[in-house]
Amino acid sequence: MTWQPIIKSAHDWKVPPNLRDYEATRREFSWAQARLALEGLPSGRGLNIAHEAVDRHAAGPRAARVALRCIAQDGGRQEITYAQLAEQSNRFANVLRQLGVGKGERVFALTGRIPELYVAALGTLKHRCVFSPLFSAFGPEPIRTRLALGECRVLVATEPLYQRKVAGLREALPSLEHVLLVRGRGQAGDLPGTRNLGELLQEASSHYTIEPTDPEDFALLHFTSGTTGTPKGAIHVHEAVVAHHATGRLALDLHDEDVFWCTADPGWVTGTSYGIIAPLVCGVTSIVDESDFDAERWYRLLQDERVTVWYTAPTAIRMLMKAGAETARPHDLRSLRFLASVGEPLNPEAVVWGRAALGLPFHDNWWQTETGGIMIANYAAMDIRPGSMGKPLPGIEAAIVQQQADGSVTEVTEPDVQGELALKPGWPSMFRGYWGAPERYRACFANGWYLTGDLARRDADGYFWFVGRKDDVIKTSGHLIGPFEVESVLMEHPAVAEAGAIGKPDPVAMEVVKAFVSLRAGYQPSDHLRRQILAHARTRLGAVAAPKEIEFLPSLPKNRAGKIMRRLLRARELGLPEGDTSTLEASDH
Amino acid sequence: MKHDDLRQTVLRVLGEIAPEADLERLQPNVAFRQQLDLDSMDFLNFVIALHEATQVEIPERDYWRLASLDGCVEYLAQRLSARQQ
Repeated sequence: MTWQPIIKSAHDWKVPPNLRDYEATRREFSWAQARLALEGLPSGRGLNIAHEAVDRHAAGPRAARVALRCIAQDGGRQEITYAQLAEQSNRFANVLRQLGVGKGERVFALTGRIPELYVAALGTLKHRCVFSPLFSAFGPEPIRTRLALGECRVLVATEPLYQRKVAGLREALPSLEHVLLVRGRGQAGDLPGTRNLGELLQEASSHYTIEPTDPEDFALLHFTSGTTGTPKGAIHVHEAVVAHHATGRLALDLHDEDVFWCTADPGWVTGTSYGIIAPLVCGVTSIVDESDFDAERWYRLLQDERVTVWYTAPTAIRMLMKAGAETARPHDLRSLRFLASVGEPLNPEAVVWGRAALGLPFHDNWWQTETGGIMIANYAAMDIRPGSMGKPLPGIEAAIVQQQADGSVTEVTEPDVQGELALKPGWPSMFRGYWGAPERYRACFANGWYLTGDLARRDADGYFWFVGRKDDVIKTSGHLIGPFEVESVLMEHPAVAEAGAIGKPDPVAMEVVKAFVSLRAGYQPSDHLRRQILAHARTRLGAVAAPKEIEFLPSLPKNRAGKIMRRLLRARELGLPEGDTSTLEASDH
Repeated sequence: MKHDDLRQTVLRVLGEIAPEADLERLQPNVAFRQQLDLDSMDFLNFVIALHEATQVEIPERDYWRLASLDGCVEYLAQRLSARQQ
């Protein structure tokens, strides 16, 4: 089925969009010009994300504006103005100074969406340390790997998450010196090896002067998954804030008076770039909702908080679709002005459903951990082709490339040809490396292009369309899960001889993790054993990375080098032709 | 089905999805997701499995009533008795 484009006209605009003429803005745009919209540290002392996000506003007419409106799980509300956020993050920076934590050292966070997360992130950036958020739904193993790889010195965590996931790992994490706990009510007494963050903040001074910050100083460390080996820590620098600001204005169309809600989890890059930094740099009010997805409650939030710009994910949109348009109907959603989605391609039905149920279409956009900010987007003033990720941001050059036998790549200029999506390096929020893995970083580039690992095509009018992943990384609910991490944990189980993890297509989550395992001699497949292995995987990996399904096979298909062929497992799961199997070792079916 | 049977059914279904969970320590009036490591897909699968086990139709707008053990039992009991009348 082909979908009619959604044609935009000036009648659709409740306020004039920041980007009104795509081609003209693209021609005129330069990153140097975009940098001028920011202030820089006083006296030419450089560029610091936290200054642009908070201090700049706190010293001006926006000081009393609400920066964060936090809605706790118990329904309690807390409003934090730009002035208060500046003061609180100063306190956090002073806590780091008192602890003797120095420039460039890593501060990790393991919390839900609570005010302390924002205070810690911004205070860390002020002190010129590197902030790295962890996904709280990860189990102890992914958390240990990331803390160890990033050589974490300070961890900010809520008490239950720390106790459940980190307390037992302390001996395996020699670099982790300070654990600062956010304590809930009624959580008295100190846990060994931890400090009370609330007390430390209270005792610290609320004055702090940001030291000179080079725009190339490391600021953020975001872990992402590859097909093989350990997760990769993508490094972003303070200059990224130029892209956070420009994309917030151009792709999300943020205006000064907006109330913005980004539903992403803080553990993923969206939760930082667009959950924390971009809305603050743009000076808007952000809604920070601690709770998990619930259709009815989300509509109530959109209504009661008078959200104007909403940035969410396809999985959530598809769950809203399942709940039905009638769930939306009783709510007054007229405040909404712009809807955007990221995480995985948004299916055309969902784009169009937005218009029927919420009165506005969803605007899909594309980017990834490595790009630090939105790269390709559908804009408020540009016609939408449902199912397309849109066109490259001003300042971004995107292309479809194909790899040659010698490893070089060439650009494909004819339309509608599938290839790898590639970007011309040079935008401010581009990652500057993978932590401690320079060779993996270098492998991402060829012939002057950054290779994204996503397959796509470009139509004759310049719209990009997602096709799939080039590698075996599993895309579930907008998160990338590395099959190797899943398989390694499955292999720890005494009954498991071999394991292969794939993404199984799913109508809601795009893919869910499915694992195939073969058993060691002496073990027989049974429901009981399947549950045992599942329990092991969930305990170690957490619900989000653990398989949703485990299937026993007598043996797994391998190539002659003994490598498990995930591609083949996936083809069998889908009932697709298995392709060239001549390099395979015989597998007894 | 009696309340006790329903309770056992809910726990059995939950144990299939999250076999690592210590269901004996589950607080019946507190949301599952505050006590157990469940993601949104787990919860969806849980609701689907409850439907299969009880044959009760569960529209999406009622999902919130299934957030805790007590909530599940009460909801399913209500729906089953409505069906018998």
